[in-house]
Amino acid sequence: MSFTLEGRSGPWEIVVGLEVHAQVTSEAKLFSGAATAFGAAPNSQVSFVDAGFPGMLPVINGECVAQAVRTGLGLKAQINLWSRFDRKNYFYADLPQGYQISQYAHPIVGEGRIEIELQDGSTKTIGITRLHLEQDAGKSLHDQHPGKSYIDLNRSGVALMEIVSEPDMRSPEEAGAYLTKLRQILRYLGTCDGNMDEGSLRADVNVSVRRPGEGYRTRCEVKNVNSIRFVMQAVEAEARRQIEVWEEGGTVEQETRLFEPARGITRSMRSKEDAHDYRYFPDPDLPPLVLEASWVERLKASLPELPDERRARYVAMGLSPYDAHVLTLEKETAAYFEAVAKGRDAKIAANWVMGDLFAAINRTRTSIAAPPVKAEHLGVLLDLMQDGTLSGKLAKEVFEAMVETGKSPGAIVEERGLRQVTDAGAIKRIAAGVLEANAGKVAEYKAGKEKLFGFFVGQTMKAMQGKGNPALVNEAVKKLLG
Amino acid sequence: MQPTDFSLRGAIEALNEGLVSSVELTRAHLEAIEALNPRLNAYVTVSAEQALAQAKASDERRAEGIAGPLEGIPLAIKDLFCTAGTRTTAGSRILGNFVPPYESTVSGNLLRDGAVFLGKVNLDEFAMGSSNTTSAFGPVENPWSRANDPDTRLVPGGSSGGSAAAVAARLALGATATDTGGSIRQPAAFCGIAGIKPTYGRCSRFGIIAFASSLDQAGPVARSVEDCAILLRSMAGFDPKDSTSVDVPVPDFAAACARGVRGLRIGVPREYRLEGIPAEIERLWDQGLQWLRDQGAETVEINLPHTRYALPTYYIVAPAEASSNLARYDGVRYGLREAAPDSDLRDLYERTRAAGFGPEVRRRIMIGTYVLSAGYYDAYYLKAQKIRALIKRDFDQAFQGVDAIVTPATPSAAFGMDEKQDDPVTMYLNDVFTVTANLAGLPGLAVPAGLDAQGLPLGLQVIGRAFDEETVFTVGAALETAADFRAVPGLRAGAV
Repeated sequence: MSFTLEGRSGPWEIVVGLEVHAQVTSEAKLFSGAATAFGAAPNSQVSFVDAGFPGMLPVINGECVAQAVRTGLGLKAQINLWSRFDRKNYFYADLPQGYQISQYAHPIVGEGRIEIELQDGSTKTIGITRLHLEQDAGKSLHDQHPGKSYIDLNRSGVALMEIVSEPDMRSPEEAGAYLTKLRQILRYLGTCDGNMDEGSLRADVNVSVRRPGEGYRTRCEVKNVNSIRFVMQAVEAEARRQIEVWEEGGTVEQETRLFEPARGITRSMRSKEDAHDYRYFPDPDLPPLVLEASWVERLKASLPELPDERRARYVAMGLSPYDAHVLTLEKETAAYFEAVAKGRDAKIAANWVMGDLFAAINRTRTSIAAPPVKAEHLGVLLDLMQDGTLSGKLAKEVFEAMVETGKSPGAIVEERGLRQVTDAGAIKRIAAGVLEANAGKVAEYKAGKEKLFGFFVGQTMKAMQGKGNPALVNEAVKKLLG
Repeated sequence: MQPTDFSLRGAIEALNEGLVSSVELTRAHLEAIEALNPRLNAYVTVSAEQALAQAKASDERRAEGIAGPLEGIPLAIKDLFCTAGTRTTAGSRILGNFVPPYESTVSGNLLRDGAVFLGKVNLDEFAMGSSNTTSAFGPVENPWSRANDPDTRLVPGGSSGGSAAAVAARLALGATATDTGGSIRQPAAFCGIAGIKPTYGRCSRFGIIAFASSLDQAGPVARSVEDCAILLRSMAGFDPKDSTSVDVPVPDFAAACARGVRGLRIGVPREYRLEGIPAEIERLWDQGLQWLRDQGAETVEINLPHTRYALPTYYIVAPAEASSNLARYDGVRYGLREAAPDSDLRDLYERTRAAGFGPEVRRRIMIGTYVLSAGYYDAYYLKAQKIRALIKRDFDQAFQGVDAIVTPATPSAAFGMDEKQDDPVTMYLNDVFTVTANLAGLPGLAVPAGLDAQGLPLGLQVIGRAFDEETVFTVGAALETAADFRAVPGLRAGAV
């Protein structure tokens, strides 16, 4: 499948690569013991190390290293047993040390890959160039005071993984699918919560355009895009801008740009000439990071199941590829589905989760993480259908009551007397009564109007307030007519 | 004899025997500081009340039968070590009002062992200098003077000039110091006392204001080799808060002082016989080697072929690291802030750093920034790191055949305060014998070994294998014994 944008002078291909900053899920910062919770009061999670006080030294947080390795393994990437931290030097008010500690020359994770799924059902492999660990900076608040800027150092020193892709994406959709898949993998691994609105996941989008078959042209970097939708919009907006430049006989200059969602355009932030000279050099406060192969192996062995493998397993359980895809998109959905499907028919479980449950979630504006019906309750409901206690119709009714009340299906069945009637004798008596009251129609049926059979069944069910076991009602009516 | 004349070892014994109390010792030192510091300017902050309170608490502990290895010993702390609640300036205007809420690991170790802190001692600004003339708190004067020219005020060396001058003038029994290119050994030699820069990683750097992280090491200065050994044992030790500190046992260094050098092989590097070195320094060096042979050691000529690149290498690596380490002094969070009402961030930086840093610090920040810049990194910083590895390899190879190396400590005796100030490169040459140990991370000890024709002290240096400070102390103590160095400076407690 190829995606092109049509310019005045012919088709253009888009080339996209992403640099994603993912905040490592960890109790403490990369080089200090300070906490990392989101939304804490300004400057309440800052150690002397994070604030760059004299004589303070960084000490690596082993859990952040483990998280980076887990992520590398999840990206099917090379784990570098020897890596090193460099200093990236620049002055800014929210950068207390005057440098950011980052792995510039020797990242902890090398080349890997991600398989993305596209709308048409096809898949594509996107290369991962590298993943490295680095510190986040603090936050400058320019809107708190007319003449002053405020600095919040809570983020200062928080561990980030910068995940760099190859320029393998060729459309806004692919860029969106890549970020979606990357976020899905991070969430499955538990190495980043992926909350883009809290800034836990940010993307720098590198875009260039070219004529199909051409080599790469100059790229521009669109900084700090904070939603998947905006990434897709930014790719298209920036590509269209570049096409216009080229078609008007101009030259695209390498620069850093910002995406303005409200106007749907990108604007220049700084040109290559204004780029900092970061004076990278190895941080002399930190010895090289040396990992033991056996430790990496242990992390690998304890890795949770990843989306691709889980999807394959669901297909093997009898689900359609589409259902498997939908159910694995979010780790929480998959967990819910598995709790319902355990020991039960997977297909039926999938239908209930993707049908009634998703509808209920949408209707009640809840989420799979805090669902309106507990997974174990839905499982019991399926069991009640399986053992004939509830008909499909009754089950829907019970499900709605579960959404409303949060009660277990057993309790609702008892309270409302919804238990299906399976007493063949009782059903026969009621069916007989229905036939007796409709003697004329019985005659018509016997004269050949066979579709009246459904009428008798329906009337019998109605007489039983819908609680008759459908199979037994059918059987009884058939016998009595027969 | 007055309490300030005790050696550190002697004071420990006198305290143990009840001949003197910590309060008496401390008071005697505070009085001496009061008398002499206006002239020497060794202390930038005297913590008299706190010191007396610590001494009183120490005497009480001792009365209860609790006494640490340094119980009640009054010490001076270089103003590069952060001390909780006591102003810590690094000799710079930019930290002139900085009071750290935390204690450096090394000073904390000394407090743990019962030491009393008399105050914070002067240094070259951010430890950058070899004469203690770059301090924002004024220069320190060497308590020694030339016999034939007593009016010329001499430098104590640097950067630990305040530490060395205070100890030589008996204003403390010992002091902490730091050494990045010779900042312990050169002032110790200039002031006629002993000082050791231990192996890189032996002492924690946590809480010590950084100059050049890969070279900085804390160590003691004191009036004898054994006193240094006693202090180092308390200062040293693995610290999880410093990733470059090394988890190895801390031996009884003082015990090593008495081992004797019989059977040891002492290396004499050919490359350290520099042109233009005063003949009396050459003679002292030869004399020192003879002393060691007399005590049963063997001396062997060795080669350290990359020695001549050491100084230029040092003056790339150290400023490079410093330019980055000093970026945090920006006027935003603590320390000096200089701004006009309409200053933007850049203006705040420029005003603060221009007002806060002296010329030598500014020079080194500029050199360091330059050598790390795009386009120059490979030619300077990267090449310097390669040469540094070669210098380390030189030592590794030499130590396959010798147990220690003995060299002069400095290329000259102490010089006048207004000498060598015109050309920074002349000043940098002071470190020619000492920088190699920093570049290679090895322990180096300066021992007072004699006087020059002017009556000024000269020192010898003992360099050892990594984490083999014990042999360094053994050789140093042997030199000290043979030299029988008894000369005292003119400016000292009780003498003026």
